[in-house]
Amino acid sequence: MSRIYDKYRFLILRRIVQISLMGLYIGANVWGWKILQGNLSSSLLFETVPLSDPYAVLQMFAAGSLLATNVLVGAAVILLFYALLGGRMFCSWVCPVNMITDLANFLRRKLGFNAIQKRQPATRNMRYWVIGISLVISFAFGITAFEFVSPISMVHRGLIFGLGFGWAAMLVLFLFDLFVLKNGWCGHICPLGGFYSLVGRFSFIRVHHNEAKCTLCMKCKEVCPEKQVLHMVGKHSEPVLSGECTNCGRCVEVCDDDALGFAIKNLSAQKK
Amino acid sequence: MSVSRRDFLKSSAAASAAAAVGMSVPSELQARSEQAQSGWRWDKAACRFCGTGCGIMMATKNGRIVAVKGDPAAPVNRGLNCIKGYFNAKIMYGADRLKTPLLRVDDNGNFSKKGQFKPVSWKRAFDEMEVHIKKALKASGPEGVGVFASGQYTVMEGYAAQKMMKGGFRSNAIDPNARHCMASAVVGFYQTFGIDEPAGCYDDIELTDTVVSWGSNMAEMHPILWSRVTDRKLSDPDRVKVINMSTYTHRTSDLADIEIIFTPNTDMAMWNYIAREIVYNHPEAIDWDFVKKYIVFASQPVNMGYGMRRSDEKSVQQGKYDGKEMETLRKEMRKEVSDTEAPALSVFGYKEGDMMENKPAGLKHWEISFEEYKRFLEPYTLDYVARISKGDPDEPLDQFKQKLQTLANLYIEKGRKVVSFWTMGMNQHTRGSWTNTLSYNVHFMLNKQARPGSGAFSLTGQPSACGTAREVGTFAHRLPADMMVKNPKHRKITEDRWKIPNGTLNPVGNQHIMKIHRDIEDGVVKFAWVNVCNAYQDSANAHHWIKAAREMDNFIVTSDGYPGISAKVSDLVLPSAMIYEKWGAYGNAERRTQHWRQQVVPVGDAMSDTWQWVELSKRFTVKDLWGGYTLRNGVKLPDVVGEAKKMGYSEDTTMFDILFANEEARSYKLDQNDPIQRGYDNSEGYGDFRNVVGSDGKVFEGYGFFIHKYLFEEYAWFGRGHGHDLADFDTYHRVRGLKWPVVDGKETQWRFNSKYDPYAKKENYGDFAFYGTLAKALSQGNLTGITDKTKKSLKNKAKIFARPYMDPPEKPDAEYDTWLCTGRVLEHWHSGTMTMRVPELYRAVPEALCYMHPRDAQDKGLKQGGLCWVESRRGKVKARVETRGRNRPPRGLVFVPWFDEKVFINKVCLDATCPMSKQTDFKKCAVKIYQA
Amino acid sequence: MSNNNLESEKKMSKKQGEQNSARRTFLLNTARGLGLAALGGLVWSAYVDEVTASQLLLRPPGAIEEEEFLKTCIKCGLCVEHCPFDTLELAKPGDNKPLGTPYFIPREVPCYMCTDIPCVPVCPTNALEEKLVSNDEGELDITKAQMGLAVVDVENCIAFWGIQCDACYRACPLLDEAITLEYSKNERTGKHAFLKPVVHSDACTGCGLCERACVTEKAAIFVLPKEVAQGKVGDHYIKGWDAEDEKRLENAFGEETKTELSERSPMDSLNDMGGLLDE
Repeated sequence: MSRIYDKYRFLILRRIVQISLMGLYIGANVWGWKILQGNLSSSLLFETVPLSDPYAVLQMFAAGSLLATNVLVGAAVILLFYALLGGRMFCSWVCPVNMITDLANFLRRKLGFNAIQKRQPATRNMRYWVIGISLVISFAFGITAFEFVSPISMVHRGLIFGLGFGWAAMLVLFLFDLFVLKNGWCGHICPLGGFYSLVGRFSFIRVHHNEAKCTLCMKCKEVCPEKQVLHMVGKHSEPVLSGECTNCGRCVEVCDDDALGFAIKNLSAQKK
Repeated sequence: MSVSRRDFLKSSAAASAAAAVGMSVPSELQARSEQAQSGWRWDKAACRFCGTGCGIMMATKNGRIVAVKGDPAAPVNRGLNCIKGYFNAKIMYGADRLKTPLLRVDDNGNFSKKGQFKPVSWKRAFDEMEVHIKKALKASGPEGVGVFASGQYTVMEGYAAQKMMKGGFRSNAIDPNARHCMASAVVGFYQTFGIDEPAGCYDDIELTDTVVSWGSNMAEMHPILWSRVTDRKLSDPDRVKVINMSTYTHRTSDLADIEIIFTPNTDMAMWNYIAREIVYNHPEAIDWDFVKKYIVFASQPVNMGYGMRRSDEKSVQQGKYDGKEMETLRKEMRKEVSDTEAPALSVFGYKEGDMMENKPAGLKHWEISFEEYKRFLEPYTLDYVARISKGDPDEPLDQFKQKLQTLANLYIEKGRKVVSFWTMGMNQHTRGSWTNTLSYNVHFMLNKQARPGSGAFSLTGQPSACGTAREVGTFAHRLPADMMVKNPKHRKITEDRWKIPNGTLNPVGNQHIMKIHRDIEDGVVKFAWVNVCNAYQDSANAHHWIKAAREMDNFIVTSDGYPGISAKVSDLVLPSAMIYEKWGAYGNAERRTQHWRQQVVPVGDAMSDTWQWVELSKRFTVKDLWGGYTLRNGVKLPDVVGEAKKMGYSEDTTMFDILFANEEARSYKLDQNDPIQRGYDNSEGYGDFRNVVGSDGKVFEGYGFFIHKYLFEEYAWFGRGHGHDLADFDTYHRVRGLKWPVVDGKETQWRFNSKYDPYAKKENYGDFAFYGTLAKALSQGNLTGITDKTKKSLKNKAKIFARPYMDPPEKPDAEYDTWLCTGRVLEHWHSGTMTMRVPELYRAVPEALCYMHPRDAQDKGLKQGGLCWVESRRGKVKARVETRGRNRPPRGLVFVPWFDEKVFINKVCLDATCPMSKQTDFKKCAVKIYQA
Repeated sequence: MSNNNLESEKKMSKKQGEQNSARRTFLLNTARGLGLAALGGLVWSAYVDEVTASQLLLRPPGAIEEEEFLKTCIKCGLCVEHCPFDTLELAKPGDNKPLGTPYFIPREVPCYMCTDIPCVPVCPTNALEEKLVSNDEGELDITKAQMGLAVVDVENCIAFWGIQCDACYRACPLLDEAITLEYSKNERTGKHAFLKPVVHSDACTGCGLCERACVTEKAAIFVLPKEVAQGKVGDHYIKGWDAEDEKRLENAFGEETKTELSERSPMDSLNDMGGLLDE
């Protein structure tokens, strides 16, 4: 039992966090709970603290909207939070799409698709392009471009307020990740992920690699949704510094050799 | 081409002149049942809903009614309807229509009070009814079997129920929901005219100059009549005045020149104020020739209580009424005279702070002099009346006084015709009978009664409150055509006509609808049957009656189309054919009788109430019912079995054979060559394609005679030649209704007026003759009592009563600080059992709201659209707060309609009644409102 | 040296070659990226343009003008959550409405016009602005809301046939302000009156209680966004009998006009004899 827990402790924790956040949001709409109202685009914590999606706010800015104080404060709170904790922690600990794409990825591994399709035909930098385009469209059309197509909002909003054809978006994401491109959405396209990659560059919580303990089994790279960030594995002992790391902790829990672990960035730097 | 106002007036005057002469049945109005046109068949019928009595046309196709339209030939509505009218067909096709009898049974299929409803056969249903009726008769005698009857019965159903109850079971415990609706008006008619029902007719609307609406939201409750009032106002906006008298602002105020918002119950004071204005300040306006010839003055006891339970009644003694309830109930025995009523009661020997000992007084009254009447009016000065009547605390007193003065002036103005309309505001009133008579006082003194365009006119609520409940007499105390159970001559006439032994009919008719409820709670009534009404939703203080029905040893049956509250609290539920699934007739508020044919075969195994009564009669024989009984009050009902045998019946002759399938009945033949019957179903006559398995476990194949025609003609016999003349059955199928008395084929527009009413003319007494015969000989006395017991006849005269303003038994106080008034909305009919199942109507008004003044809401911390509790000493309900919209109460009053079973406002209402008419006052009790 | 040179030249050229090829790859990649971006962007913007084009949406009270609303609403659903009547919905995929934005369908659930307007103050972005539903004293006042305007289809409204309906009128929370009854005689029956509903745009908030209450199969009174429902006179017609009406002139200026006849300069017109001399 404890072995299984060991192997999946972060995964379980992440799912608990994801689902309970979801539950709080749904509870707010259905039963009128006052803990976390709204959705990931913008929320109200305990009826006082505003929380807003900074990328959405950025698009609003580009679209030429007059930004209200509330939403600016909310965006700042979120920005600060992820800047300190690790930007893409949003992706693996909060975002509901993560559960869909993780499932696709899991099936890919189990069905051996990864072995057949070794080379990924697309660049992970695509997401930065998407950010750029979204801002251009927002500016040109005076609307928040990504917010009108975002499958994240579709899924999240859908689960709280009613899904409509949102299930189709979920299915497309799933199939895309399963058959077309490994980590296709989260790892290549999603501009929100991209945005948090940029935000998370200087965050404190990091995965650290201890090369001395590494047995080069490469299980970590196998499970990592952004495996380029683990370029140092088996080579140098250093923290994962890329903002693209989602702090999902999968590499830490699959490592049988204790060669990977979480630590605070500066402390480990001092150790070094 | 538009008709100019002058032309219009001319033509309407001509029309009314023609009408005045007394139209013979116009051939162009003959209702021809249009033969199959493009696959559907149009036929005429009367609307199912209010007392207006609109004519409708229904299209039937493949056994379903597919469309409804207003009947362009109907004189009341000329092709128009209100929105409900268009859903006369849809009300029959709700998804949860009851289709089979349902009985509460235990796991073994035996009847159990605590059981769940399960479908049973009609045979089983009648078996159970038979057992429980016999049980009830054994336990309590005829008083133990009760029927909650209806003003929505067809004439034939009401007559059948009445015949079986009074003639068969010898029980007078049959009383209609019309008791809640019209009883005060009836007492008003009886006491004033000696005969029931209005003098005037709807043509008054086109002829009058002034419409005063007293406690009637005509705009919502009688929309088609209101449209006629509106038209009249538009015809001559300067001359025609509309005045709305109400305790809150509602839709009828829209058109009104003057709106008078008064404190609940003070309508009495205002009527007396107008009378005082006439007598003291405008004596020249009194038509002394008329008054001296046709009017006597009268007085009565004032300490008659409020129709609540008295302290010696069983359930009160058993402590079924808690401390809070007793606070109000105690006033039934004695009440302190308040400062508001003291001036009015001073001439009756009371002063403020006196304890008034209340005693039941019945309908007792005596003649007094005009001088005594004048003395009685003295206290109703403008100052006094305005002080107690002003209902809107935010209105300046001077403005209110001015309005009252203007109102009085309009009545008094020479040459101005005035119609006073009223509905539930004046009837549902602890002094309802009094208030009704006060209206005639004013009209009589001015000689503005029973004349075209002038008169006090009671509008009915229900489609056949007049036609069935009153004319047929499905009241505890009545027999057909204004006869009374307590009158031995009337009983004899009825017994002879019904071919039952003399002495069969029970002379004690005191089990009015609230009394039946109370008798169930006291354990006296052990079997009760709900017919064409929703007695458990429509009675005030509902919690007591529901508890009694569910928790005591009794058997409650409900016949209905849908599972309403009454069905829910019953032990047996019977599926009833709805209105156009049977032959029927209704009588509206202007004495117009209208018939229709069976348009379609009922849904499921539903059968008509007539059939249910007739089938029940098969279960009881002469020896079952006609033995001797001693009633509660000691009156003995003789054993008439022997008498019956002399008439040729045996001990085992069934009531079916005596009352319904007798020789006379069988003479009404079913005949498909008869133009009236041709092509129409007659489920009671022939049975129908459904092959319903009937009360004997065999397929019901019909009685083989035209039972509806028999019931109608036998009933009509009672009225013919007695001022209640109805035309024959077939005539009604050719015309769009006729206003009785129909004499020589002519209908009557204004009764008691010799020019229009052949009965008045026959009296040869002058321009008028108030020929009613009830209470037409009085002792003499003064305001406070009889001084000379010799009775003086007042043949052909009417009465003016000295009836003072008195407080209702429950008024707002520190704890229950708000008046509650209940009523209807246009979109829904009564308890909503039918209309809440019509999607269009449900969507339009899905729930009952608590209408209140925005400042009251604010003061009580309530939000518009939020939920509040409405709580009285009797119960509470939750409703949504509405501070805007159609009804706008003054501060201190809330209005909650009663159609919504989820906002069960009758749990909150007080079951105080007018002690004379026994009609419940649903319009006032004290509540507190707080956030839910 | 020469060898060295040669070698270094070789190296150089090889390096240059590598550099060239790297540059080419880079250029190609960039171009490909740009191409893809342009393609994706085009599809994306076409879609977004399409879904935001819908003009027939009714927004919550206090919603700013639609164009601004689309860029300002963050689609958080707080307004939806605070609506006590479940009136508001967020557009779902498949609704063919700007995705995630709040709207309501009055025939299903109308706006009940809460006096405390819970949906507005919670808006984090001011896409729903308190100012637009506040009175001059700055207190929230739902009667200031302009969600839309009720329009009566007089051909299908049964009140115009003479039927006693006025269900919409009675349902109106601003009865006698937003909807009044117009009385007129029914000459056909000779004794009844028409009670026809008339909507007043200055008072109607577009709550849709009338549309909800309408008893016809498809509502004969329905709410449209104000800009859709209303015409506009422009500032050249002024009511001569209404001094207030001149207020509309505030922003008027004498605009140069142009028709087909006047589009050329006078000189050009004068010098063009057209067919004047021809017979």
